[in-house]
Amino acid sequence: MTTGTGIGASIKRREDFRFLKGLGRYTDDMTMPNMTYCVFVRSPVAHAKLGKIDLTAASKSPGVVAIFTATDLEAVGGVPCGWLVTDRHNKPMIEPKHPILAAGKVRHVGDPACAVIAETYAQARDAAEKVSIDYQELAAVVDMKKAMLGGAAVHDEAPNNLCFDWELGDKAAADAAFAKAAHICKIDLINNRLVPNAMEPRAAIGAYDLATEEHTLVTTSQNPHVIRLLMGAFVLGIPEHKLRVLSPDVGGGFGSKIFHYAEEALVTWGAKKIGRPIKWVAERSESFLSDAHGRDHVTHAEMAFDKDGMALGLKVDTLANLGAYLSTFAPSVPTWLHGTLMAGQYMTPAIHVNVKAMFTNTVPVDAYRGAGRPEATYVLERLMSKAAAEMGMDQAELRRRNFIRKFPYQTPVAVVYDTGDYDAHLDKALALADYKGFEARRAAAKARGKLRGIGVSAYIEACGIAPSSLVGALGARAGLYEAATVRVNPTGSVAVMTGSHSHGQGHDTTFAQVVADKLGIGIEMVDIVHGDTAKVPFGMGTYGSRSLAVGGTAIVEALNKVIDKGRRIAAHLLEASEADIVFENGAYQVKGTDRKKTFGEIALTAYVPHKYPIDKIEPGLEETAFYDPKNFTFPSGTYICEIEIDPATGETQIIKFTAADDFGNIVNPMIVEGQVHGGLAQGIGQALLENAVYDDNGQLKSGSYMDYCMPRADDLPSFDITTTNTPCTHNPLGVKGCGEAGAIGSPPAVINAICDALRDYGVMHMDMPATPEKIWRALQVAMPKAAE
Amino acid sequence: MYSFDYHRPGSVADVAKALLANPEARLLAGGQTLIPTLKQRLAQPAAVIDLGGIADLKMIKRDGATLVIGAMATHDMVARSADVKAAIPALAALAGGIGDPQVRNVGTIGGSVANNDPAADYPAAVLALGATVVTNKRQIVADQFFAGMFSTVLDAGEIITALHFPVPKKAAYAKFEQRASRYALVGAFVADTGAGVRCAITGCGAGGVFRSAEIEAALAKMFAADALKGVKISVANIMGDIHGSAEYRAAMVPVIAARAVAMAV
Amino acid sequence: MPHVTMEVNGKAVKVDVAPSALLVEVLRRDLALTGTHVGCDTSQCGACVVHMNGASVKSCTVLAMQANGAKIVTIEGLSQGTNMHPVQAAFKEAHGLQCGFCTPGMVMSSADLLARNPNPSETEIRSWLKGNICRCTGYHNIVKAIQIAADTMSKKAAAE
Repeated sequence: MTTGTGIGASIKRREDFRFLKGLGRYTDDMTMPNMTYCVFVRSPVAHAKLGKIDLTAASKSPGVVAIFTATDLEAVGGVPCGWLVTDRHNKPMIEPKHPILAAGKVRHVGDPACAVIAETYAQARDAAEKVSIDYQELAAVVDMKKAMLGGAAVHDEAPNNLCFDWELGDKAAADAAFAKAAHICKIDLINNRLVPNAMEPRAAIGAYDLATEEHTLVTTSQNPHVIRLLMGAFVLGIPEHKLRVLSPDVGGGFGSKIFHYAEEALVTWGAKKIGRPIKWVAERSESFLSDAHGRDHVTHAEMAFDKDGMALGLKVDTLANLGAYLSTFAPSVPTWLHGTLMAGQYMTPAIHVNVKAMFTNTVPVDAYRGAGRPEATYVLERLMSKAAAEMGMDQAELRRRNFIRKFPYQTPVAVVYDTGDYDAHLDKALALADYKGFEARRAAAKARGKLRGIGVSAYIEACGIAPSSLVGALGARAGLYEAATVRVNPTGSVAVMTGSHSHGQGHDTTFAQVVADKLGIGIEMVDIVHGDTAKVPFGMGTYGSRSLAVGGTAIVEALNKVIDKGRRIAAHLLEASEADIVFENGAYQVKGTDRKKTFGEIALTAYVPHKYPIDKIEPGLEETAFYDPKNFTFPSGTYICEIEIDPATGETQIIKFTAADDFGNIVNPMIVEGQVHGGLAQGIGQALLENAVYDDNGQLKSGSYMDYCMPRADDLPSFDITTTNTPCTHNPLGVKGCGEAGAIGSPPAVINAICDALRDYGVMHMDMPATPEKIWRALQVAMPKAAE
Repeated sequence: MYSFDYHRPGSVADVAKALLANPEARLLAGGQTLIPTLKQRLAQPAAVIDLGGIADLKMIKRDGATLVIGAMATHDMVARSADVKAAIPALAALAGGIGDPQVRNVGTIGGSVANNDPAADYPAAVLALGATVVTNKRQIVADQFFAGMFSTVLDAGEIITALHFPVPKKAAYAKFEQRASRYALVGAFVADTGAGVRCAITGCGAGGVFRSAEIEAALAKMFAADALKGVKISVANIMGDIHGSAEYRAAMVPVIAARAVAMAV
Repeated sequence: MPHVTMEVNGKAVKVDVAPSALLVEVLRRDLALTGTHVGCDTSQCGACVVHMNGASVKSCTVLAMQANGAKIVTIEGLSQGTNMHPVQAAFKEAHGLQCGFCTPGMVMSSADLLARNPNPSETEIRSWLKGNICRCTGYHNIVKAIQIAADTMSKKAAAE
């Protein structure tokens, strides 16, 4: 048990006071003098030619300041895509223009056609209702399989609605493996479309200062520098030094706040145009129609095994829905974040993955907590449990038999795992879940008329995104390093400017723990600064469970530079050679003597350089580091879900959920546990409750909390979680990342448990969300047969 | 929200007058349905007349074999009332399970009954218990009060002032929730009134809350959960949506009713 | 324009409001009490929960006019200065918050629960929280926080 405030201590969060007292400052909490309000007129239909837009009545509406349509934005770029996927025929993906406001056509319900700016929000909304638009409806492309047949096209550039046809792995090798299989497990499954639903709706305030020619954008972003880069360079043509982007307190992101959105660009551009600040805040129903959605895969997969249950090969064919436009990182999600994870924890020697990515008249789909990795894990872990059931093997044993045990391990799907110990978390999870005692519990449940099942899922994820050269080769149009500046003030307090962004992750606490630990100073001496491009040197932001592994490492690298400089100053003051100075417990000490200088004394000397080697060392104590990771990190874990089904209604109750995760070293166990809890809730939500449902006309049927089922407290159990630790081998903290694991590992655990409960009825698969009706229907079909 | 005038009269008579003066007005009871409707601009009343200023409408009392609940009694008041718990514990339990605590602290029985949402809980209780709806003009028995989804026999200018519930021998309400909205996917209120068994179903009726003849017949023979085994409900008048098909909901009616019967005290 | 007179966090306030103004709009815009949040438009998420005359309500589903004469307590008024209400302290202790957006409503709702039911079971806590959606915590630590707060508050009550 670690004590104190350093690495490994579960100290309480420093940011909590402001949130608990109502003193957080989120974008919508801010106002600017003379501010106006923007409401977007959004398409009520999924696919239409835009006829006349009549602004006559709206322009006369009280309080209207300006109304913008696509014609006002002709000189402005479209919303850019940050990742270029090259398909299996070596062709670049089809990349249609994504205008800020719809031009010529609207392509999904919610596509903004018009921006109305008024003195008050109510006036903007009143005027927006008076905008009259002639939507000449076209056939909506909704179902991906139908979309491939052509006919209606979302974009003229893609007549069959295919954006790219991508593959990874060796098809011939996979075919050969299947040819010698003793057992082939096949599955058709759907990874249901989800709406991220961070509790804070997106919001943006644009402002322009005529005196300095500086634009300011306050926005709900996970990565303000990325927004500055994308919007500044590709959309509005504003150089970085004239564009400041702030992301203050942000109420959750889960991926949906990574991307650059049209609304941000409009308020930034419009503020200059009208000479006044413009605020836009999404209503929740608007979020459903304008935040990028997640998942939405339709997959056929097959896995080949030998007679002993050793995996020989895996073939995966997926249709991935991209929605109507390419969101910022959308092409990377079903490809490099998905195909590369198909080895999982197993030695499967031959793998082939094909992904056809489709345009549809639906909201764009992009990264949502896990992003590609949950989809891969769901395919693989469903196959493993289904195969075990088919072969009459125990689902945990089949996994164990196939575990990778030699590291580093080159997978057949490009990535190299640096380290891991899958037996460790499997053992721990099985013990914590009392896996051995399950059959007795199943029998007891049966006596009560309930169907009890247990599901195992052993996930792996690639986190700490990512080595720039690697992702560059794969199509990323950005580097994925991170930056940090450590500024030591004259009296020894420290400000750390980090490019990572905290929107719930607790960086203010964990990053300060790292700094306090490394410098041997009190944590109260450390401030963490993020979310402002004017204060932080640069940053790629927070997603892909990368903050500590990449952003934290950048801080460590900057700290090392500070410590090294301090050592040179100390050597001078202590009249010793640098090599003889050790830095420990916040002091520089001459080895083998009691002569030392505290870190604070060195800091003061750096800024008051009276007795100072000024010819050799410049004054001041501030260092910046950019850290580019050497590899992904590979957290892994075993999740076990135990459920009971009431056959009368089909309701599923989670009795117990066990998670054993290997995140490498952990800085703050309390915060890590919280991350796992949250991820589990989202994964269980996907498995049982959440679903974005479109009808054939492209209307979102689950467009509010009345119909989109957010997990609530009484939907979930308390969780039993634990960790194991094989430190990451290629970053100095030995950390891997923990933000997405819960959402990645849990859906197959839940569905495997449901299928296990229904095994006596011959039910081999159940699509997500496994609603009571779906289960009840399966039982209606199966029960009479079972009774025969 | 569109703009509207706001009135807060101090008596039912003044409400009636205000309604007469503002035919396009809407009555505001707790507002837990009306305000969301206004926020989404699904209604554009010229005026909103708030019943919150009339203290008399908040009372709850036992009057012999009748439980009298004022129209403006909140769900929370009903859930916690000693009189309700003693007379019709099923009604207290139903009120304690509506929506969520914050809705229960503001939402009212009169508002819920007047709104007659096809998935609301109270209409099932009113119908199954054979309650009487008391208005400023008349008394309406439950069997004649509900007139289809979001519709009742209330006239323009008519205001519910109270509900009179005859105290049953035993009763219970069971609800199978639509997980997103937490309204009833299927809700069943069963009551052994002494003069017969009544069962009202909410959440799934194409015409709103309804009495199930099939279930009442089965329970009349034997007031026990087992009596509902094998009872089939026709899908003809059952509604379906993305949360549950008509077929499924119809199949759930006897299941949920049986749960209610098992709980009845 | 009509006005409302309320007591908000112990202070008498009089605000001119449009009849259609929601309580949450008056709190956030006119009184600059931005701790109360708006997370949905269908009255379900509970980020806007405040106390009105001692009971938790959704301030997005109450007209400001309905609050005329009422005593309102928002998250800013639950405790003074650097002090924290036992529920606030317990949320910090148990890591019952992450992004902080649902937190004010969650805390106000929890305080109402404990005022009515000083010793709720886990089932009662989870059921009470139906009106508050959190996307970050999975509720595990919120439940724990409420249990801790219940414990602190009952010990304090016993000592008094």
